[in-house]
Parts: sequence; C-alpha cells; structure tokens
Amino acid sequence: MIDPPLSLTDLTAAEARRALDSRELSAVELTEAYLRRIERIDAELGVYLHVMRDAALGQAAAADRRLADGNAALLTGIPVALKDVLCTYDAPTTAGSRILEGFRPPYDATVVRRLREQCAVFLGKANTDEFAMGSSNENSAFFPVRNPWRADRVPGGSSGGPAAAVAAGLAAVSLGSDTGGSIRQPAGFCGVVGLKPTYGRVSRLGLMAFASSLDQIGPFARTVEDAAITLQAIAGHDPQDSTSSTEPVPDYRAALSGDITGMKIGVAEEYSVSGMEPGVATAVDQAIERLRSLGAELIKISLPHTEYALPTYYITAPAEASANLARYDGVKYGLAVEAPTLRETYERTRGEGFGAEVKRRIMLGTYALSSGYYDAYYVKAQKVRTLIKRDFDEAWGKVDAIVAPTSPTVAFPLGARTDDPYQMYLADVFTIPANMAGIPGVAVPCGFSDGLPVSLQILGPPLAEATILRIADAYERSESWTAHRPILESALASSEP
Amino acid sequence: MALTREEVEYVAALARLGLTGDEITRLQGQLSSILDHIAAIDRLDTDAIPPTAQVIAMTNVMRPDVVTDSLPREAVLENAPRQADGFFEVHAVLGASIEDVSS
Repeated sequence: MIDPPLSLTDLTAAEARRALDSRELSAVELTEAYLRRIERIDAELGVYLHVMRDAALGQAAAADRRLADGNAALLTGIPVALKDVLCTYDAPTTAGSRILEGFRPPYDATVVRRLREQCAVFLGKANTDEFAMGSSNENSAFFPVRNPWRADRVPGGSSGGPAAAVAAGLAAVSLGSDTGGSIRQPAGFCGVVGLKPTYGRVSRLGLMAFASSLDQIGPFARTVEDAAITLQAIAGHDPQDSTSSTEPVPDYRAALSGDITGMKIGVAEEYSVSGMEPGVATAVDQAIERLRSLGAELIKISLPHTEYALPTYYITAPAEASANLARYDGVKYGLAVEAPTLRETYERTRGEGFGAEVKRRIMLGTYALSSGYYDAYYVKAQKVRTLIKRDFDEAWGKVDAIVAPTSPTVAFPLGARTDDPYQMYLADVFTIPANMAGIPGVAVPCGFSDGLPVSLQILGPPLAEATILRIADAYERSESWTAHRPILESALASSEP
Repeated sequence: MALTREEVEYVAALARLGLTGDEITRLQGQLSSILDHIAAIDRLDTDAIPPTAQVIAMTNVMRPDVVTDSLPREAVLENAPRQADGFFEVHAVLGASIEDVSS
C-alpha cells in the first residue's frame, strides 16, 4: 500500500489529467518527477533502452502552453513510455535488436503521431524482447528487465519494458504490442492493466512488423479507466494501414458504468489446464465468483480447439516473421557486415545481427513455408485457425464476454525457461487464441499468489472493447488491487547477495 | 519430426541466415523438438475446412490513384550503410556467379 503523501508518479493518468486541467500541476513538473525517478531506479530495473529527456521536457512545455490555452486533449501532458518497436522520428528505434542499434526512423508510427499531436509526453523507448519475440523480455539484445514486484523474476514479455514502466511508476501509461499475448501476459506478471484491441482497431503503421495478421498495438495502465483513455487516444482508421477498421470508435470511458447486471459471461472448461499454479487458479476462480456477485450470469461454454492454438501459432507467427524480417539485409538500414558478395553480406549481417530466438523463428517459419512443407504446416495451420475462430464465433451467440486466467503461472524466475524454447512458449497458452481469432482481450489484476500478481483475462467479440473494459472496470472497483504497488527499493535490495 | 543437419543448413540458406556450426547443432535439436509439439495439429481432420489467412472482413482495399507526397530521398537514405548518387549501393549482382545471388 502507498503511504501518504502521494508522489506525483503515483497519480493515475485520469488523476494527473484533473490536476493538469485545474493548473494545480504543470506538465513540466510531472515530467520532471518521472525523469528523476527514472534516473534514480531504472539502472536496476532496465525498463528504458533510451530516455528521451530533452524531447520530453520540450513536449511537456508545449503541453503546458496548450493547457493554458484551454484546449487540452485526452493525453496532453501525460508521461508515456513507448515499446521500442514503435517508430519515433526523434529517437532511436531498435526493436531490442543489435541489427537496428542506433536506427532512427524517418517517420513516426501513427499511434506515436496521434499522441504527439495531443502533446502527450514521451519519456522514452521501453525494452522489449528482440522484435517482440519472447515471453520474458530476456531476448532483448541489450539487457533484461526486472519485475518491479521481485527483482529475481521476469516482467513477462515481449512488452516487458512497457509493463514494468507502469508498474514501477516510470510512466503513467505505456504502449506495447501484442502478437500472441505480449501485452496481456506482461501486464499480468507486473500487476497492471493491459489491453489488446481487436485486430484492425489501432493502426499498425510504424509498428515494426512481427506477424502481420496477428500484431496489434495497445495500452498498459494502472487502472481500467486509464487504459480506456489511452485506447481512445490511439484507436481509429488510418488510410495508411489498409487493415485498420473504418468502424466508428465509441466513447470507451462512457462505457465504464460499473454496472454489469445481467451480462452473460462465459467460462470455458478448456482454460483450466493441468499444471496451472494453484494460487493462480484460486485467485481467478474468486474473481469469476465476484463477477457473479456483481450481477453477471456465468455460463459454461466450450472452446474445443483451444489446445491447438499454441502449435498453430508457432507455425503462423514464425512464417509471417520470416517474411517480414527479410527486410533486415544490411542494405537499407541497420547493421551491415560487409563481405565480398551480396549474398554473403546478407548472411553475415543477419547471422551477426539477430539473436537466438529471432533466428529460431526465422528458421521455423522458413521451414514451414518451404517447398514440400507448405501444405503440411502453413496451410494446415491456417485451417486450424479457422476452427479456433469458429469456436469463438459460436460462443458469441451465447455470451457477451469470456473470462480466463491471463497466464497459468505468476512471473517466473529470470533464467528459468531460457534453455527450453517450448517451455517459454507455454507462458502464452491462454493469450494466443485471441490473436488467432483477432478478438480483443484485457488483462486486469485479480490478486496475488506467493506475493506476485495474478491476472484475469476478459475476452470479447470483435470491436467489443467497450464491453470488456466495462467488466474489467466493474471488477476493479469491487476490489482494491490497484492500490497495491510494488515496494521497489526492497524488491531491488532483495536480489542483492 | 527429426531434422537432419543438411535440412537445417538448407533452410538457413533459404533464409540467408549465416549460422555457426554450434548454432546449426543447437537448432537441429530445438527445431526438431518444437516440430514434435506442433505435430499435435495433425490430429485434426481439416480436409473440409477453408484456410484463414486473416480475420477481418475486408478485401482489396483501394485508394484513389493520385500522386501524394512521399518521404524526401535524403530521409529514406539516411540510415543506409552505403549509398551513392541518391541510391542504395550494393555489390554487383550482374556478372556474379549464380551461387552468389540465389540458392
């Protein structure tokens, strides 16, 4: 629990918004408080790959002028961390990879541009597994991130930096990307709210592509309300992303009524697997019971192809990645290891520039797409994807949303799964199905197991972000988990010999 | 599904990925093990199931065929390891042996 007086970095984005609007607080003061905290503790946490100190103070000053003029937008003056797969023209963007060390994009990602136009304050680029491939952030080519709750634990991944930033008070909100769980799983491990929107709800222009049919950008926040505000600020059609939806964006905050009476919430038997940590199962079961006591109707459903989502993902995602990562060839940008021929230049550049997990996935994807294996792997996986999507389509005829654990365990120790790739992949077993079906999902804190956060996942039909946010918000209000914050200094001290 | 060393080398060549001998050895075991897990999907009969490549109900998104501004050439070339006369510069491929440019 937080002891008064509350420091500026404990304010939610909504609280900071009110203080900024009433001019009790300036954006520069708020930004300076975050920058001081980053300077004080981030060397040990490893959240930021690049701190945008000068740009942040400049944006904060611009935000203050806008506040004085009385035309503030949703995130004007709010300090934000950006996962380092989001292009920023004024700061390096590395995707956590040596192959892009020092790379400066020529343009902003659409989500970055939208926040910049609002005068949101970018504190810096947050750490990530290399090219967003991983479940623990240990695949960052630069350094790992420590879990703010316990320094010997991973923060989850691949958006480990953005998740830990919000949990540790190193950003008010942050943006990450989710291809198989990379927002929801680290949000769960770090005890914050994380939302993966519907595929197409948020523009992907300027998000470094991992698996283009699965990738989606979304927010991390300390409260559901903050997540709703941040989604509002980034959602909507972008003519430069032809897969972005032209459906109108609803008012997400208005959906947070606190009332879920009569809502039909599905509980799928396939989401209680053997090997689930007992403390996780208990906390999730209690959260589901709480939804019933809040007036929701719980309905047992079946999503029979759930167990096939993980193997299907590990064909589809690497196949798409192997094509997307062909662009890193030492010619247009990034690392170039010169060799006598063009072909050798490609091979040496990619051999030296990519880390082990990225190589593994390029190999797996190239194999699945290669002549003779294309039908057995790639096409087969696309067919199973149809079955997974149909499971959800049928469920939406019976329920408004589905609840499940976000992950089968709490945050595991650093190094515990790095030797066995498939064990690492299993950390995303409950989050992958939503990406395969393109549906939205939100992870919301629902208690603790062994002192580490447990997370409830709420899935909804396509474009039903307002529904799942309403359920998450009603649950959050009925508990006090958001008042629990990691006690950082002791967490860091506990890892010392 | 056990991959041979030659298969791993062949796939690496397709992907233009330079791997050390140790990396090939390690990947041979890891990829074989991952493929064993993936084989679970073979239990499903999917003969009558259409494939899903993407999940949104949109096809052939068009824009008006008009010229719009693009990034300045200097900005595009700014990160190039090598450039000459406003172009990306690469080793000559014309006249090189076929092994140098394809697999």
